[in-house]
Amino acid sequence: METIYTRIWQEQAEPDNAFAALSCHCHGYDVYGELLAQASWIEYLFLLFRGEAPTKQHARLLEGLAIALANPGPRDASVHAAMCGGVGGSTSASCLMAALAVGAGASGGAREVFNAMQDWQARGTDLALWQSGLAEKQVNDLADVWPAAGHPAGFDPYGVRCTTPVLQTLAHLAALDCAPSLGWLQANRAALEIAAGLPLAMVGVAAAALRDLGCTPEQGEMLFLLLRLPGAAVHALEQRDSGYKNFPFFRIELENDPGPVTASTQHAANSDGEKA
Amino acid sequence: MNGPKLLEEYVGRLSTSMGAFFPGERVVFRGQNLFTSLKDLDWLELYLYGISGRRYSSQQMRVLHVLWTHNSYPDARLWNNRVAALAGTARSTGPLGISAAIAVSEAKIYGGASQLRCSEFLTRAKKLVDDGADLEALVRAEIKEKRGIGGYGRPIISTDERIAPIMVIVREQGLENGPHLKLAFEVERILLQGRWRWHMNSVGLTAALCADFGMSPLEYYLGAVPVFLAGMPPCYLDAADKPEGQLFPLPCRMLSYEGVPHRRWHAANPAIQAAE
Repeated sequence: METIYTRIWQEQAEPDNAFAALSCHCHGYDVYGELLAQASWIEYLFLLFRGEAPTKQHARLLEGLAIALANPGPRDASVHAAMCGGVGGSTSASCLMAALAVGAGASGGAREVFNAMQDWQARGTDLALWQSGLAEKQVNDLADVWPAAGHPAGFDPYGVRCTTPVLQTLAHLAALDCAPSLGWLQANRAALEIAAGLPLAMVGVAAAALRDLGCTPEQGEMLFLLLRLPGAAVHALEQRDSGYKNFPFFRIELENDPGPVTASTQHAANSDGEKA
Repeated sequence: MNGPKLLEEYVGRLSTSMGAFFPGERVVFRGQNLFTSLKDLDWLELYLYGISGRRYSSQQMRVLHVLWTHNSYPDARLWNNRVAALAGTARSTGPLGISAAIAVSEAKIYGGASQLRCSEFLTRAKKLVDDGADLEALVRAEIKEKRGIGGYGRPIISTDERIAPIMVIVREQGLENGPHLKLAFEVERILLQGRWRWHMNSVGLTAALCADFGMSPLEYYLGAVPVFLAGMPPCYLDAADKPEGQLFPLPCRMLSYEGVPHRRWHAANPAIQAAE
């Protein structure tokens, strides 16, 4: 029989229905018999990704990160994309798919988190390694589906100084007694920003937090995508109700406009078509 | 100018040469009037023109159509098609299922990432060989660095049923002597004579032909986005036409659990217990 192998999920079938579960265990824990009553959503989320129950501090760290990331706000490209779905009355799933597609990117999105977490893996808390790495020019790998961002992962390409929400988030999360990477980031932020020539961004804080939660870069990328969806959802819904007349359409300046069709251009086009 | 001052320059407007729509009047598509200058282009020709701004010869377009049609299989077992089919059986919408299936087609072991890697390798190798490099050494170096070469080998079976019928059309159109195509077959010869035993697959053939037609790796990768598309709607419709939930139903016994044994939430995590 063909089989799906999993280390995460175990089901026992109902005695009278092979397609309905009598019990579901997640990493060994009874989901509906125990976790439902005794675990918080954040604890369960940690369990799903890490395979173990979180410590109290890890649960607080993930909860803090989830709040910090839940809504990047309507100016963020991923939320903007979701609103483009909402304003035209697109399906709810397409709004979230739009947010995921745009929010996946290497500039401000989940791929930037992945790249920053890979930097953490390579550099750890060695300031000299970070300084030399941050000084390197970003190179576009023509064989990689992800375009290069053009700035060091974790830093704000258009920032003037580290913004207050980023500082507030870093301070709150670093104060939890389980965040050595965040603590190191806070202590060395100024030196890192000088090396990068840019201020720290929320993505950089998220990458350090996800490392402190024990996530791999792949897990961090997924969690970042997931945790930013609530804001995309509610802003899409809001624009659906608000309507397209209240949503920016912007101005376009065409650099190579052939101009309106005239009798002579129409004749030329027809002649070209006949030749073809 | 940089930072927020640079961003201010772009607020509310887009300067572009790609195109614009003038409501009630006309559409400009890469500097051409869509309804007059481009009125005779078929869909694929327009799609590829949108990517490169170039037109292809009638012989090249004949081959390009075959490359696209010969890669669309209406088989719901295939992972990308299965997404479209599952959308049908779950009574989701066709566009949601098909667009998700296209997104899933950007995979490492087939589709998007493999296409880009292959095209980048073939175009790079061609330049290096022209400059005197040894192709076998390039092949060995590529395999050592990337543990494979996109466009060679196949996840399920070793040979590719698309190569022969595509090559019939390529020969019919007199396009079988392109330098990238010759190099691609030479790479296959090296791989088959060596210990790898990898045949060229459809990606290798397609990437080589498109490189011969002047497409860059990025142009080919974007051009190939709809390459599997035609096979997806049949998978969706078949599942949607059948009673709900009957596509690949999974009984509980098909899950093979390989994780930790059953355990108690509180017993496993006294920290959470203490916090409550």
